[in-house]
Amino acid sequence: MTTTLLRIATAGSVDDGKSTLVGRLLHDAKAILADSLDDIARTSAERGFGGADGTLDLALVTDGLRAEREQGITIDVAYRYFSTDKRSFILADCPGHVQYTRNTVTGASTADAAIVLVDARNGVLEQTRRHLGVLALLRVPRLVVAVNKMDLIGWDEQGFKTIESEVLSLASELGIASTTVIPVSALQGDNVFEPSQSSTWYAGPTLLGLLEDLEPKLGGGTARLDVQYVIRPQGALAPGLDPEAYRDYRGYAGTLADGILNVGDTVQVLSNGHPVGSRIKAISTPAGPAQSAQAGDAIVVELETDLDIARGDTIVAGELPAAQREFQADICVLDPVKLTNGQRLLIKHGTKVSAAKLSSIDYVINVGDYAQQPADSLELNDLGRITLRSQAALAIEQYATSRTGGSFLLIDPTTGRTLAAGIIEEKHEAA
Amino acid sequence: MTITANAPAGTQRSVLDALEAESIHIIREVLAEFEKPGLLFSGGKDSVVVLHLLAKAVAPLRVPIPVVHIDTGHNFAEVLNFRDSVVEKYGLNLVVGSVQEYIDRGELTELPDGTRNRLQTRVLLDTIEKNGFDVVFGGARRDEDKARAKERILSLRDEFGVWDPRNQRPEIWSLYNGRHEPDWHVRAFPISNWTERDIWAYIQRENIELPPIYFAHRRQVFERDGMWRALTPVSQPNEDEQVIIKQVRYRTVGDASCTGAVLSAADTVEKVLDELAIATVTERGATRADDRISAAGMEDRKTEGYF
Repeated sequence: MTTTLLRIATAGSVDDGKSTLVGRLLHDAKAILADSLDDIARTSAERGFGGADGTLDLALVTDGLRAEREQGITIDVAYRYFSTDKRSFILADCPGHVQYTRNTVTGASTADAAIVLVDARNGVLEQTRRHLGVLALLRVPRLVVAVNKMDLIGWDEQGFKTIESEVLSLASELGIASTTVIPVSALQGDNVFEPSQSSTWYAGPTLLGLLEDLEPKLGGGTARLDVQYVIRPQGALAPGLDPEAYRDYRGYAGTLADGILNVGDTVQVLSNGHPVGSRIKAISTPAGPAQSAQAGDAIVVELETDLDIARGDTIVAGELPAAQREFQADICVLDPVKLTNGQRLLIKHGTKVSAAKLSSIDYVINVGDYAQQPADSLELNDLGRITLRSQAALAIEQYATSRTGGSFLLIDPTTGRTLAAGIIEEKHEAA
Repeated sequence: MTITANAPAGTQRSVLDALEAESIHIIREVLAEFEKPGLLFSGGKDSVVVLHLLAKAVAPLRVPIPVVHIDTGHNFAEVLNFRDSVVEKYGLNLVVGSVQEYIDRGELTELPDGTRNRLQTRVLLDTIEKNGFDVVFGGARRDEDKARAKERILSLRDEFGVWDPRNQRPEIWSLYNGRHEPDWHVRAFPISNWTERDIWAYIQRENIELPPIYFAHRRQVFERDGMWRALTPVSQPNEDEQVIIKQVRYRTVGDASCTGAVLSAADTVEKVLDELAIATVTERGATRADDRISAAGMEDRKTEGYF
């Protein structure tokens, strides 16, 4: 059996026991080796953790940089790795307190699933609503809500059920389709790797069991290749290759964002909005020539006709909406700036970078109650709906259809800093 | 417009295929968006894998960028030979930044303990500046260390070469933004998401050649700080340390004066993978004296401009 890769993001605060849960996952997956465990045991003892000899403070597994310890905060998303016989996991551990929106957007943007923590004693809080709001906006395919510290409410079934129904109704309000709620104790390891002996009333999966069996969503939709790099030999072939064989070679390298692409497929090349037709002559994958490629593959295609194609152009097999110069999008501001109407920006969409202008801020979204409010500017960690004008016509898609076709960065043209992440949504008037 | 649920079912790709595709995507973005890239190449397994991926990313072209070796002067002969054979095989340009030359010119002073890892930083930064590299690829992985766990795939360095963990650029989706001030540069880490085991599994799958010291061989060693140090001109035993012959291999390749060997009978990639499956000590903990200086060893060096 082939083991597969699953990318997960965690959202929650230290108070919910997130560090302990992440530590528990890594510990039970045996991803912490002896020298690191020795460090943890020593520090646990120094800090008098738990009282009992040998009790580990698993939160120390994720203990961060000195710069963070000095300030008592977690600065940034940390990436952790563990695996089981079935699967390898990349876990983006997103800090909950400082700049939670920016961090959660970063971690969740590539995630197949997200784990949100809720403290069983407190239930759904404003913070839970915020995390779910951001995850819904980013359309993370699967949501797992771990109701943690169940041991502290005596594994009370009714207490869990109340939180579960509150979470599920919130998820449905936000349009999150696939949500599972699991009662856990990260500290004691119940229902994380091993089923709990204390929750006999719970018949669902353990957290790991769920993550192991979850099918990652494959990129469907229209086959889309944003050209990264044009390969023309011009005398610089790899050693050992015959220049004659590559005299007329022209390859377009990129990652297939969605769909499936086959040799012989009729394609459209979108270059600044003007579609030109051609056909796929050959596909190369990292393993060599192939008849077809699927979403996520890093490939090189050759076309049957000689076209003037550059980085930033898009090759599609099938229909795509007409390229746009003006569109609406939800953005999350990631930099300490103030975005205002008329601001000049750069947009990076796929592999294309274009000058752009913020035409209007349509509204800001209150992440506590999801209400839309009028606004003159957007600042760090704000979520808001804007209308954007781009100098180049862009081959945009709705984010719900294509993560690649529907996402972009806004960049400061002067400093080069990444100012915001954008998600292209259907055009509609402010409510 | 088709929606995902109705799309034809593809097959799930393997872990290595997914990691390989991600790395090639990053490499192509960097090659396309930067003016003058280089590849930091130590001859260690991670930089060898990055070079292999670079070659795949641009095939059928020759790797279009130079390899940069920051030479501590404390090399294992096997690794230098390997470096030269790789340069030849791929038809590469080699740029060497020599710590020894800095010491000979009096621009760097040998440390009391004789190790040179910390001396590399100055030479690295000067080499980047002198050659006008606006980006250098490196083989760092996030599973190596907690400072690296938080580092971006494209990591900005200011005019002093310094990494500022408090001021990292958010990295979202697979949209990379490498814009930077004119006197800054970027370190690009395309195998950030690979683990030590992924690297070895990929080396096995792709049949990638490595320096022979990665595999079990008999060597004169002596024990220091719980590590087996090779007997070389730059690493000599103290009076109370006894030189013996052991069957060892290296898990990392670094400065010969501070890199330790592990006792091992693994003389093939397959056996190394078997050994890793039951390994109990992290790769850098087992074999790198330079990381043991303090818990924040890597963090400190990174903020000085290290790899």
